[in-house]
Amino acid sequence: MRNPLSEQIVQIKPSGIRKFFDIVSEMQDAISLGVGEPDFDTPWHIREEGIFSLEQGRTFYTSNAGLKELKYEIARYLERKIDVSYDYNSQIFVTVGGSEAIDMGLRCMLNPGEEVLIPQPSYVSYEPCTRMAGGKPVVIELQEKNEFRLTAEEILEKVTDRTKVLILPFPNNPTGAIMEQADLEAVARVCVEKDLFVISDEIYSELTYKGKHISIASMPGMRERTVVINGFSKAFAMTGWRLGYAAGPKLIIEQMLKLHQFAIMCAPTTSQYAAVEALRHGDEDVERMRNAYNQRRRYLVNAFREMGLDCFEPYGAFYIFPSIRKFGMTSDEFATRLLMEEKVAVVPGTAFGDCGEGFLRISYAYSLENLKVALDRIRNFINRLEVRGEN
Amino acid sequence: MREYILNLIEHNSKLDISEIAVMLGVSEVEVANCIAEMETEHIICGYHTLINWDNTGHERVTALIEVKVTPQRGLGFDKIAERIYRFNEVKAVYLMSGGFDLTVIIEGKTLKEVAGFVADKLAPMEAVLSTSTHFVLKKYKDYGTIIGQTKKEDERMLVTP
Repeated sequence: MRNPLSEQIVQIKPSGIRKFFDIVSEMQDAISLGVGEPDFDTPWHIREEGIFSLEQGRTFYTSNAGLKELKYEIARYLERKIDVSYDYNSQIFVTVGGSEAIDMGLRCMLNPGEEVLIPQPSYVSYEPCTRMAGGKPVVIELQEKNEFRLTAEEILEKVTDRTKVLILPFPNNPTGAIMEQADLEAVARVCVEKDLFVISDEIYSELTYKGKHISIASMPGMRERTVVINGFSKAFAMTGWRLGYAAGPKLIIEQMLKLHQFAIMCAPTTSQYAAVEALRHGDEDVERMRNAYNQRRRYLVNAFREMGLDCFEPYGAFYIFPSIRKFGMTSDEFATRLLMEEKVAVVPGTAFGDCGEGFLRISYAYSLENLKVALDRIRNFINRLEVRGEN
Repeated sequence: MREYILNLIEHNSKLDISEIAVMLGVSEVEVANCIAEMETEHIICGYHTLINWDNTGHERVTALIEVKVTPQRGLGFDKIAERIYRFNEVKAVYLMSGGFDLTVIIEGKTLKEVAGFVADKLAPMEAVLSTSTHFVLKKYKDYGTIIGQTKKEDERMLVTP
């Protein structure tokens, strides 16, 4: 029998997080701070709208691009939040989560061998999706000294004449870093100068704790070279509904929609009806959840600093990214031992790129009680390391 | 700042001042002063515990009574309301718009005790025109908290990207 597999696919590394997940799931009564999704349930009025749509028998396909009223609400939302206006008919379409939009975007924009700049540490799918689209990933290693923001210099160092797309993953998973006005202006200038396109993954845009989220699409000259990706998972605690969207120039969106039509058909109908409700009446829920995250964030950063762990203050998403370098262990060793000895699961920074070495991703999408128990255990672990003189 | 503190302690008055200070990013002194002020101003009126007595084995009966009264000249409803709310059995009294005047919430050990209170104390008051007593059969949600709900298991996967 011939090898049934594609060599290109086989060569793609499985997600580093997967390996750790297998160890964790074997562990009885482990406490986890490793989750990348909200701990809140989807607000009831949104769920209720989904239930109602089922009762009404709205169980058919929607148009490929999504429900008209949803696209319309998305356009209004983007105008309100990031101050960029899109034509809901030709510049927006609804996807199965932000993940689909990343994949479709890269497939539509890359010719074989063209390079994609991927700042890391960052979400796990940019690199494999680039490869699947035939592109060449070029990693930019973000620096802790810059609070893991992306700088114009870092882009210039890696730009070649084959560079086509820049991934802009802010607010960032796993570091919690954000990009502010001045940071984005500098990046935007380079993009225009070097004629780069941007896939701006703004899935955590509602979760910023230092002023309002700013999109690079709102910078001069950027709207026509940016695909904004966002969704409902993080802002409205709707991960399981699998719903996201892409907004950008018609030229690109048209082609993404073509792929989406062949691969997906349309995003889940029930989720789309629920999402309309989320955008129309969900602002207060978002505010309430953001406040809760912000309080836990401060609590956690404070607790880690008291433990003597270096931790820059993250202003976005729901992660903190403390350094464990001083213990002389790799992230993987530290996380594995913390799991074995204290039964606390955190994610090694290396799951998000090699330059995550020396860091841990700790999620605060947990109740305060849960965080307190976990913090006690981490404190015990660190105290033991220090007594043994392992640092 | 007041609003943030109130939102935090409304559902968890066990938080201590240092925790509140860290979570709001302000100093402990500021939080302590702010809380003291709100206590003086009767914005914070008490620190209670929400108890589901049904689970303790102690029998308790709650009744909601619609009361029609004659308001008194110069005093409106306040005087009669006071005469009612001073009884220990009375847990809450609200002045209402609509078909009746006061909602009186009574708690007693037995049905008989509550009925006795209505018949002996409440209904005979001069200003009380009529009462209509409704017994609570089951509490589903009280003070924003769903009663009797066991803590939900975290069903999320332990580690996700």
